[in-house]
Amino acid sequence: MELLVRNGFVYDPLNGIDGERMDIAVRDGKIVEKVDERKARKVDASGMIVMPGGVDIHCHIAGAEVNIGRLLRPEDHFRDYECKTSVTRSGVGHSIPSTFTTGYRYARMGYTTVMNPSMPPLEAKHTHEELNDTPMVDKATYPLLGDWWFVLEYLKQGCIDRLARHVAWLISSTRGYAIKIVNPGGLEAWGFGQNIHSMDEQVPYFCVTPREIIRGLAKVNKLLNLPHTIHVHTNNLGQPGNYATTLETMECVKDLSVEDKPAIHITHCQFSAFKGEDWKTLESGAEEIANYVNCNSHVTLDMGQVVFADTTTMTADGPFQFELSELTGNKWVNHDVETETSSGIVPFHYRRKSYVHATQWSIGLELALLIRDPWKIFLTTDHPNAGPFTYYPRIIAWLMSRKAREATLRRVNARARGRSLLPSIDRELGFHEIAVVTRAGQARALGLENKGHLGVGADSDIAIYDVNPEKTDPSGQYKTVRRALKHAAYTIKDGEIVVKNDEVVKHVKGATMWLDVKTSEMAEITDDMKRRFRDYWTVEFENYPVTDHYVEVPHPIAIKADV
Amino acid sequence: MTELYPLKEFRFPIIAECISPDVFESKNREQIASLKVWEGNKQKALGELFKVEEVGTNGQFIAINGDAGKVRRIGSGMTNGEIVIKGNGGMHLGEEMKGGKITVHGDVAGWAGSMMKDGIIEIHGNVSDYLGAPYRGSRMGMSGGRIIVHGNVRNEAGAYMKKGLIKIYGNAGQFAGFRMHDGTIYVSGNCEGRAGACMANGKIIISGALESVLPTFTVDSIKTKVKIEEGETVEEPLYVFLGDLAEGGNGKLYVSKAKNPHLSHYEKLL
Repeated sequence: MELLVRNGFVYDPLNGIDGERMDIAVRDGKIVEKVDERKARKVDASGMIVMPGGVDIHCHIAGAEVNIGRLLRPEDHFRDYECKTSVTRSGVGHSIPSTFTTGYRYARMGYTTVMNPSMPPLEAKHTHEELNDTPMVDKATYPLLGDWWFVLEYLKQGCIDRLARHVAWLISSTRGYAIKIVNPGGLEAWGFGQNIHSMDEQVPYFCVTPREIIRGLAKVNKLLNLPHTIHVHTNNLGQPGNYATTLETMECVKDLSVEDKPAIHITHCQFSAFKGEDWKTLESGAEEIANYVNCNSHVTLDMGQVVFADTTTMTADGPFQFELSELTGNKWVNHDVETETSSGIVPFHYRRKSYVHATQWSIGLELALLIRDPWKIFLTTDHPNAGPFTYYPRIIAWLMSRKAREATLRRVNARARGRSLLPSIDRELGFHEIAVVTRAGQARALGLENKGHLGVGADSDIAIYDVNPEKTDPSGQYKTVRRALKHAAYTIKDGEIVVKNDEVVKHVKGATMWLDVKTSEMAEITDDMKRRFRDYWTVEFENYPVTDHYVEVPHPIAIKADV
Repeated sequence: MTELYPLKEFRFPIIAECISPDVFESKNREQIASLKVWEGNKQKALGELFKVEEVGTNGQFIAINGDAGKVRRIGSGMTNGEIVIKGNGGMHLGEEMKGGKITVHGDVAGWAGSMMKDGIIEIHGNVSDYLGAPYRGSRMGMSGGRIIVHGNVRNEAGAYMKKGLIKIYGNAGQFAGFRMHDGTIYVSGNCEGRAGACMANGKIIISGALESVLPTFTVDSIKTKVKIEEGETVEEPLYVFLGDLAEGGNGKLYVSKAKNPHLSHYEKLL
């Protein structure tokens, strides 16, 4: 199968192509130098933007908590539903769409790779079953390791090598992709109704601190040569004054960075950039974080941008979700994930007229605009925590146009408007930088060699948007850009046209990427470990690993570890 | 005026939000007959299920002559005009309606007047559960308008109500005014119990017997009359209870003294 995308304005930051008018040739799902023009199917992209398929580094699309969110919120389904077509299946949901609809909606925005960031290892099988049913996109999932009992124990004993082998075993046997750490120590403490409030507070019964957990797992990450860094949701997330904790978290792994490569990814940083004493005095800590990130190269971030909409918050950070449900009085679920992590789900409506929500909105954009290097901060909404992913084009419009920001700023809470840094920021991102924050940067941070670019040999995941960068000024005509990015003219997945004019024309499955980490020695599986599974888990050790048939389209990536 | 006559006894649920004066107003008979509705999982034209007749020139008046008990979402979101059903009505009657009037000379299924914002619904028969209550899971209760029921209603009438008035001249089931924030519910007949559970504010008046008052309510006083709305009052001795204290609520539950001798032990707490 050959395909030729002709005459588009190509934005391919990883290969240094900035809006050049050129052809992209595709053969058998890969980008190639050229194809036979007479035989190849041609896609006329003249006057359109051609970018690599979008990559989303952090969005909750599968797993137990997403599914319980669906159960918790029937009212989220009934206003937003999609009928089946001859190609697609029907589906419902606004903030937590059903799996098929999730895949279709991503594809219709030109996204082709999506990372599910939070999977309690116990729920790995469930997560993979849902990922199997999320079509159109390649996906992967990060197991939650920051509060895994054995991790805490190895850290207590100070055995980094043995820990590394254990983590390798766990990542491979849950078919995971990266090390996810959520509120390190705090989730274990939540098992006892407590939380952790500083980097040096000890986790009950384990006598390790969040600092040791983060540093230990960062070292493990390096020993195992994992493609992504550790993926960290900081302590004190969502608490006023937490920007200091975030700075401390970033600083604590600074010495572990080699050759200025990133050593830590701070996810949905907006929620971790609050200054102030309490909710009344809440302020933006974006400037301090941006200054730190501008001066250091071992950190990448993603935004977690708030949009004003009704959504559902869901995270493994149980103690935070408990506070949120107390704060809002909304219904909530504290999902039982046994000994492994915790989990909470609370419906939430971000309102323009709320001081806190408007400030949060401002913080996300301030971070993205004040951090000068777009390769360090990526566009996410932490779907669905700060807003559904379907709002990405709106966020892109805010990033590209000062006018768009001002239009929204005029309608938000007056006190938040007065304190926002946005009026003082003139920066407007161009299409090249948008291509970085929505695909190239994310692919590079994830270590996905064949994604996020259009060089020869890359996967032929291509997004084509009907907007002419020569004729459209995104700063003024942000609505045109927003519309074009929301409704892709074409999405090409593995060399096939799957979306045409915002309509899904072909249903493809999409692969599940996972790391097959090869260590020189096997991880220790002791009788004591099996006994503990029998005593404390509902699943026996033998039934614990995800077996091959759970992953329908597996795409294992072999990694050779140093231990 | 448009008249609709069901062509058969419906077996499957029919989703027909298009039966609304706002939709019919500017259309002729053929256009109305070709409006799309769902019967079960099949999409049909309205004319395949109903005989459509135009009588007179008042485009804002719709009459359904016959049993529409399986027809859901009649008058959904309507803003003006009138619908009269001479028969039963289906689920979600007048859902989110913003104005106008719906009259039903028969029984109505669940969620009648769900999430309504304004307008009037008058039902001469009985009503099933969730009268004026929001969709499952949602907290967007009735925020205005009036619902008048001449028969009985079942459970959770006026749940999450924020504003407006519900008058029930028959009996009510359990949980009348569940989690209501404001507004008024009047029950002329008996009430099964748990009235006003979790209410934060608002007013529930029960002229008949109430099985028991929830323990999270506290007796406040005895009043001789209470206003339902402008020009309509209940004039008899009524116990006034405040609650629901479990939710820090300040709602008022008025219960007839004469019909509830079993509540007389509250008097010694006054």
